Amino acid sequence: MKQIFAKPQSMTDKVSHYCPGCTHGIAHRLVGETIDELGIADRTIGVASVGCSVLAYEYFDVDFQQASHGRAPAVATGIKRVHPESIVFTYQGDGDLASIGTAEAIHAAMRGENITIIFINNAIYGMTGGQMAPTTLLGQQTTTTPEGRRFEEMGAPIRMAEMLATLDGAAYVARFSLHDIPNITKAKRAIKKSFQYQLEGKGFTIVELLSTCPTNWGMSPNESLEWVQTDMMKVYPLGEFKTPEEGEKK
Amino acid sequence: MANETVLMKGNEVIGEAAVRAGCRYFFGYPITPQNELPAYMAKRLPEVQGVFVQAESETAAINMVYGASGAGARVMTSSSSPGISLKQEGISYLAGAELPAVIVNMMRGGPGLGTIQPSQSDYFQATKGGGHGDYNMVVLAPASVQELADLTMDAFDIADKYRNPVMVLGDGVLGQMMEPVAFKERQSAEFVKDWATTGKQGRSKPNLINSLYLDPEKSAEHNEELHAKYMTMAKNEVRYEVKNLEDAEVVLVAYGMMARITSSVMNKAREKGMKVGLIRPISVWPFPDEAFEMALPQAKAFLTVEMSKGQMVEDVRLAVNGRAPVYFYGRTGGVIPSPQEVMEQLEAVYAKVQGGEA
Repeated sequence: MKQIFAKPQSMTDKVSHYCPGCTHGIAHRLVGETIDELGIADRTIGVASVGCSVLAYEYFDVDFQQASHGRAPAVATGIKRVHPESIVFTYQGDGDLASIGTAEAIHAAMRGENITIIFINNAIYGMTGGQMAPTTLLGQQTTTTPEGRRFEEMGAPIRMAEMLATLDGAAYVARFSLHDIPNITKAKRAIKKSFQYQLEGKGFTIVELLSTCPTNWGMSPNESLEWVQTDMMKVYPLGEFKTPEEGEKK
Repeated sequence: MANETVLMKGNEVIGEAAVRAGCRYFFGYPITPQNELPAYMAKRLPEVQGVFVQAESETAAINMVYGASGAGARVMTSSSSPGISLKQEGISYLAGAELPAVIVNMMRGGPGLGTIQPSQSDYFQATKGGGHGDYNMVVLAPASVQELADLTMDAFDIADKYRNPVMVLGDGVLGQMMEPVAFKERQSAEFVKDWATTGKQGRSKPNLINSLYLDPEKSAEHNEELHAKYMTMAKNEVRYEVKNLEDAEVVLVAYGMMARITSSVMNKAREKGMKVGLIRPISVWPFPDEAFEMALPQAKAFLTVEMSKGQMVEDVRLAVNGRAPVYFYGRTGGVIPSPQEVMEQLEAVYAKVQGGEA
């Protein structure tokens, strides 16, 4: 019998702790496939952040460091400066990257650190139980915006990809979505590109992934996938915002 | 500069000592009065294929230290009081993940933005664990530019030996002053860092740098192991200097720059026929309790002098444990007690001892 589908070799057999319907598992798998396909498992070092993906190190069969909340790009900087020949990636949620770790993300990009960030944007704090994230949509209900996020009090969603694309040090900035197969395929292509650019020493790369959080959104997995398309994508357009070949796309 | 004596500024001496101890990575953020150290490293490290990065904040700098240390490198950061407050989160993580690193604090007056003038008011923060959680680190307090060189080099070995952060605690004036220094040739022990994240490179199991233990039993076990390590550090890493304890009736206790001032006060007092000694803690954690046992049979009183409102004095009281009165004199906020002021305090304590009051 011919095997046509298998778990990526760079991933462990550990059973995931993610909630049913959460797209973290898909994002993990896409990173695992990329590591396999590029044959870089032996020289990849991951940096786990704080949030739902805090245990990411349990799922990847590569060296890992666990960073404090928001500091993954700084930790990755330290690793990459010591081992420039290694492939270093961080895996961060929106609270980690777009709130407490905004400075670290922006300055890693400004320096053109030759690292890759996988940025999970699910418009909410998952691990701590559904608080407002900087990426939370206007009107979206969370435990800390019980009447919905109001611009007058809490401002509007932050678009990290667009912001980072303005920095000269950023080589590749893209946003894709994990809500259906065609989009997952595009997301995979972007993740693989970002790792390839790092291999080529192009500089800072980041792929933002629109993701679901059925548990804290209070939706079924299917409704969640639908909501990404109907609501999130209106605020967070998909595509490549900057590539090494073409620069920033305005 | 091998072994020859040169005239150098304290902050630059720390940098050169670090390079000679094998440090090749430095991550820092500007703050007075330690700016000469990052500047020295920015120039010096590229000469030895090292890396200097000016981080976006002290918080980022200490986390770059975490990453580099976890990747197996000898690494250092430096700052001064307000910046060291920002590094506390990272220091706690370094301790929790058992990562070696050397952190320099050139103390200035606080609280808050305080002043850029020297101080010793971060003693509690340095020795009692400024970050969260149960942890300790060796804290070395140099009193001369020569000691800045020697203790900085030692700090790297201690950090690697225990896989733990080590702090060099100086008062701002020490970094700013110039003194003759000789960098001693030394053989650093070899440390095998088979735990470092380097990429698996053929290893069957990945390496993990981590301080997260969700299972309380495992977290408790981790804490017990850390505690056992801290107790070993406390036993092995005690350093101090004592002067004239043999017949001292009043013993001065001071560290860093304050110890130099108190030492000259002691000499003046001796000229006057007063029986005065000095204990200078060099490791302020672990605190040198044993020096007090040497002093106590004769000592009738202790006078602790600090550039703070009384921090180390608490450790002195714990060491003396009620067996003699412990007096305190200190000035803070960037003001250094003068020899005359210390002499007046000493004479007052000495008079009490002579009058049988102490």
